[in-house]
Amino acid sequence: MSAPILSVRGLERRYGARIGCTGIGFDLWPGEVLGIVGESGSGKSTLLSCLAGHQRPEAGRVTYDGRDVLAMAETERRRLARTEWAYVHQHARDGLRMGVSAGANVGERLMATGARHYGRLRAQAIDWLDRVEIDQTRIDDRPTAFSGGMQQRLQIARNLVTGPRLVFMDEPTGGLDVSVQARLLDLLRGLVRDMGLSVIIVTHDLAVVRLLADRLMVMKSGRVVEQGLTDQVLDDPQHAYTQLLVSSVLQV
Amino acid sequence: MSDYNFAYLDEQTKRMIRRAILKALAIPGYQVPFASREMPMPYGWGTGGVQLTAACLTPDDCLKVIDQGADDTTNAVSIRKFFQRTAGVAVTQATREATLIQTRHRIPETPLTEDQVLVYQVPIPEPLRFLEPRETETRKMHELEEYGLMHVKLYEDIARHGQIATSYAYPVKVEGRYVMDPSPIPKFDNPKLSDCPAIQLFGAGREQRIYALPPYTQVVSLDFDDYPFEASKPDHDCDLCGASDSYLDEVITDDRGGRMFVCSDTDFCAGRVRAGHAGRLAGRNKGAAA
Repeated sequence: MSAPILSVRGLERRYGARIGCTGIGFDLWPGEVLGIVGESGSGKSTLLSCLAGHQRPEAGRVTYDGRDVLAMAETERRRLARTEWAYVHQHARDGLRMGVSAGANVGERLMATGARHYGRLRAQAIDWLDRVEIDQTRIDDRPTAFSGGMQQRLQIARNLVTGPRLVFMDEPTGGLDVSVQARLLDLLRGLVRDMGLSVIIVTHDLAVVRLLADRLMVMKSGRVVEQGLTDQVLDDPQHAYTQLLVSSVLQV
Repeated sequence: MSDYNFAYLDEQTKRMIRRAILKALAIPGYQVPFASREMPMPYGWGTGGVQLTAACLTPDDCLKVIDQGADDTTNAVSIRKFFQRTAGVAVTQATREATLIQTRHRIPETPLTEDQVLVYQVPIPEPLRFLEPRETETRKMHELEEYGLMHVKLYEDIARHGQIATSYAYPVKVEGRYVMDPSPIPKFDNPKLSDCPAIQLFGAGREQRIYALPPYTQVVSLDFDDYPFEASKPDHDCDLCGASDSYLDEVITDDRGGRMFVCSDTDFCAGRVRAGHAGRLAGRNKGAAA
């Protein structure tokens, strides 16, 4: 635990006169899971796509492993994006190649980084389908034939197959029913622990961060209003908005 | 002879195309955009190839045009006639005599020489097109050498068919840099692309792209370590000339399952027949292969 894996200072992204997010600064340490919560439109997805290099922020600095991400050549950033980083989209359809089989989906990142042995690619795909609890007889089926939960698990397998160090997740459980959500969270928790991943997870579901995140950032109107350890923030919210957020969760 | 400028196109247009050709030759496998002109034939009939030929022809050239290997099919006949009328150049069917060969979907069996130019007609120049529909994205992928997707397609082939089932327009990598679509030639012809003494030019009229392989360029067909590239052809000899090493067309001869295999390169086949070689059905089907 010598240095943070990702370090963000004074990040700002504007849409014309409107603020996407502003004044964001935090450190992410190796093996840590950082949750970002907030209502719709609070800038959490904007922040995530700025960090992952999908959008260019107007101001601020993002340092990954000692390297300035924003000053990097695009070649290098894209190489990072398919080796050491991973991005799990909210809608599995955005992150998957729907026209090719599950096996090819899992293998794509491997082939992009130079794997040229069909047998080994296949073995690795089977191994990963196993890990995300997809029956290996489905390896040659297209993701269109999968249920929503399976598609999401396939997307996770496809992203983690290259053993990334940093994973961005944008509402990975959005749109799934609760029992599927629970299994997915369980799976994610196991993978994060086994692989020692650093994760930034954006969600509006407090239960998700309660289970997964070590630390929590609460966003409102493009700004971070409160941050701290997850249990601390959820059990003893200081900011008025966080209090509202926590009290809005329905108790069954 | 005709009221057209030599080889139909005006000199400024030829100049523009030659500049694109030079750039394409300087960056082997890179698709150079050019301002493709409306030609007096429909798209898909070789408008890209015709413009390249027009820009390269000189009055001393001898032109050969082939369509799927044959000199006497519609596309080949009409393009040959077009240049006979608009350029008045000599034409031939013999690969050896030609200085400029325009081809659709084949490379001649007779080895080419340093004195020849081979012009390909290309329908879709972008090898990544059916995997990634966005042009902006495919350009970025070429720029950054992100070719993993090409192998995804080959992986799918093996997963579904047990082998690489892509049999034409088989993707190649040029000089270790650009991945290129060799136009819809059978993969049997792919090895001929590499280390070829002739200049190879590729023109896509509708898509407005020109790319090229200078002489002796290294061209490698993509494959997997455990599923290597194989230049396949029907497992027969030519029924007319008995050649065992040329690409064959299958011809249905009756409605009772009768079929014959003949060389798709008509000049090559006729040349062998003249030299006294004979295949299984030689003599019996007089006139079947012109």
